[in-house]
Amino acid sequence: MNSSQATRRQFLLRSAGAAGIAWANAQWPSILAAAQHAHESAKSTAKPHFEVLTPEQARNVEAIAAQIIPSDDLPGAREAGVVFFIDRALKTFASDMVAVYEKGLVEVNQLTTQKFPTAKTFADATPEQQESIMTDLAEHLNPPAGGSRRRRQAGSGDFVQTIWQHTIFGFLADPEAGGNRDYAGWKAIDRDPAHSFSPPFGFYDKDYPGWQAASLETEKK
Amino acid sequence: MTQGKVTFKPSDEVDFVIVGSGASGGVLAKELSTNGFRVVVLEQGPYLTPADFSHDEIKVWVEHQLTNNPAVQPQTFRKTPQDKAQRQYAVMYGRCVGGSSVHFTANYWRFHEIDFVEHSKVGNIPGAALADWPITYADLEPYYTKVEWDIGVSGLAGASPFDPPRSKPYPMPPLPVKGNGVIFERAARKLGYHPFPAPMAILSQPRAGRSACVNCGFCLGFGCEVGAKSSSLAAAIPVAEATSRCEIRPNSYVHKVEVDKNGRATGVLYFDAKKNTHLQKAKAVILAANGAETPRLLLLSSSPQFPNGLANSSGFVGKHLMPNSGAMAYGVFEEPVNDYKGFCVSRIMHDFYELDHQKLGFYGGGGVDARFDMTPAAFAMGGLPPDTPKWGKDFKKALHHNFTRTVEIFCHGTSLAVADNGFSLDPDVKDAWGLPALRMTYKDHPNDLKMMEWMSARAMELLDAAGATTKWAQPIQEQQFAVHLLGTCRMGKDPKTSVINADHRTHDVSNLFLCDGSSLVTSGRGQPTMTIMALAFRAADRITDLAKRGEIS
Repeated sequence: MNSSQATRRQFLLRSAGAAGIAWANAQWPSILAAAQHAHESAKSTAKPHFEVLTPEQARNVEAIAAQIIPSDDLPGAREAGVVFFIDRALKTFASDMVAVYEKGLVEVNQLTTQKFPTAKTFADATPEQQESIMTDLAEHLNPPAGGSRRRRQAGSGDFVQTIWQHTIFGFLADPEAGGNRDYAGWKAIDRDPAHSFSPPFGFYDKDYPGWQAASLETEKK
Repeated sequence: MTQGKVTFKPSDEVDFVIVGSGASGGVLAKELSTNGFRVVVLEQGPYLTPADFSHDEIKVWVEHQLTNNPAVQPQTFRKTPQDKAQRQYAVMYGRCVGGSSVHFTANYWRFHEIDFVEHSKVGNIPGAALADWPITYADLEPYYTKVEWDIGVSGLAGASPFDPPRSKPYPMPPLPVKGNGVIFERAARKLGYHPFPAPMAILSQPRAGRSACVNCGFCLGFGCEVGAKSSSLAAAIPVAEATSRCEIRPNSYVHKVEVDKNGRATGVLYFDAKKNTHLQKAKAVILAANGAETPRLLLLSSSPQFPNGLANSSGFVGKHLMPNSGAMAYGVFEEPVNDYKGFCVSRIMHDFYELDHQKLGFYGGGGVDARFDMTPAAFAMGGLPPDTPKWGKDFKKALHHNFTRTVEIFCHGTSLAVADNGFSLDPDVKDAWGLPALRMTYKDHPNDLKMMEWMSARAMELLDAAGATTKWAQPIQEQQFAVHLLGTCRMGKDPKTSVINADHRTHDVSNLFLCDGSSLVTSGRGQPTMTIMALAFRAADRITDLAKRGEIS
């Protein structure tokens, strides 16, 4: 085993706990494959410069994303590099949304200046002013009519809905997709960044006695 | 791809050409090639392998890496035949080698005896076209067992008092229990129900050179990177290829079944990746393209000889779509459940499989499971209580608290067959190959909506009994999106009221067979893939017998 494999092994076993180690050893080849995957995907593919957004657009996209998922003691959209994810998205799977962003950002900035004449763009507004503008914008965030949870398509053409979806994807999708830098988003939702686990998984299954057929007492109840 | 795999020329007249490589196509390919026949499988999607699979939600949900892409394969939807259909993403199916079995959740329940004889037992239901199957549970039982042992299903025999008889136990113990399973089991027992370990097409132990599940948490929507999910891709296609008699030909989009002047199928026309057309010749044709694409292909194959579409003398091609009904309720629990780990489902119950329709005022039944099938971004978009703010610090706080504490109760149920519900060719919209787009017509039978309201209320009671701190149910709405594509070329004895016979042979074309979700006569209770695979095993036996007796011509 070379040293990078050993590191990955530690990375996985960290979450496995003592009881998991025997299991992990038995499953080693599969875990290695999963770990390899995790390792590769942790390297976010987004570039640290912008290819579609202008610097000013990027500043505003970042400010809106940071209002959707703010930074506090846990990482927010900023720390996860959501703006880089969105720039890459506009070059790849969401290339048909460039015009929606261009127009949307102009409108958001107009709304900003209307409400707060001293702020030239959304990013220039104070955090309190930004919140007030977001409150207006959030009216667009209704679930799509007749929506199924299996239908998770971006592309409604509505800017607020689109940037909301892109922010979430950039925050929480696997880093392989270009966001969620260093698993910042998963940290914020309390998700272990490992890509394989062993039971018990959480609080409720840790003292499970094992499956038993319902007893007569249970039957009578 | 491995060396030494067999390839055929389109001009080679192989024994069987199979259209589709999913749950049924993969199994048919395995069985028929093992039985000595030369087989070509044409799959419209790419040949992906575990190395291509990832946990990237963009690839899966936005870029449709594993499924049909509505950008190039548009679909239209309308509620009734009187409406003009509008462009809408209405059907999702697997579009890669292995089909939908690559990305499915892997719930593998058998159908019960009742599912095959509902019409005899219940009689006519107004507005529905209920019919008996030409086969019974007993006919299919050996093939369910075959699915469990050949493909790999984990479970515990005898654990559910409602289970139909079985000839053999499961080949592997159930997967480990999840937090949602423990919560569900306790609540269900408290209410006097009979929860049991979920039968899942996921390996709980290494088997046949495949790994056991590593509990990565990316099941529904994703391909399994370690081959633990018992897809056709993992469990059937490699066996077929190892015979050196079966070629899997990806990126091959079949658009017509060719028929000679005697009404006998001679092969199929398909587009290759460069949109060049080829004719793959075969002694017999098997369509296993799914419950949407199989009827569409028959309708696309119309000719002066078959003006209403091929094998459609009954007019039943594309009719009676049953997508299964569903009701979902969600609960948030005090402590971390961490249901993002593992697979989706570990406990289910079948207490509602056969409900008393006299008493309740609706017909049907369902299965109930506890699950968590939302990957992180999908959870943030649809997994929080409806009144949660959608942005800002409270949104983030809810994500942080709820992601690890949410459990879903999923009720799956019957869809009644309704003649007007189904697939046809859209008269206006074309796909990127210039072919008429798939048009879906669908309106739930009022019975199904009533049943789902009832099930939803039971799910909320279960969450109550489980001690959820917050709970909510998704409102029951008319469905406009289908992933279970059932019943659209139904099986039956009478050529006037069915498309195929019990051997899966079309009534109209003697060397054309159909085998996939379209063959089902009733919808079961919400988990059809195991039955589709069992039918494919059985069809392979029937077709092999016919071929060996020289009765396919």
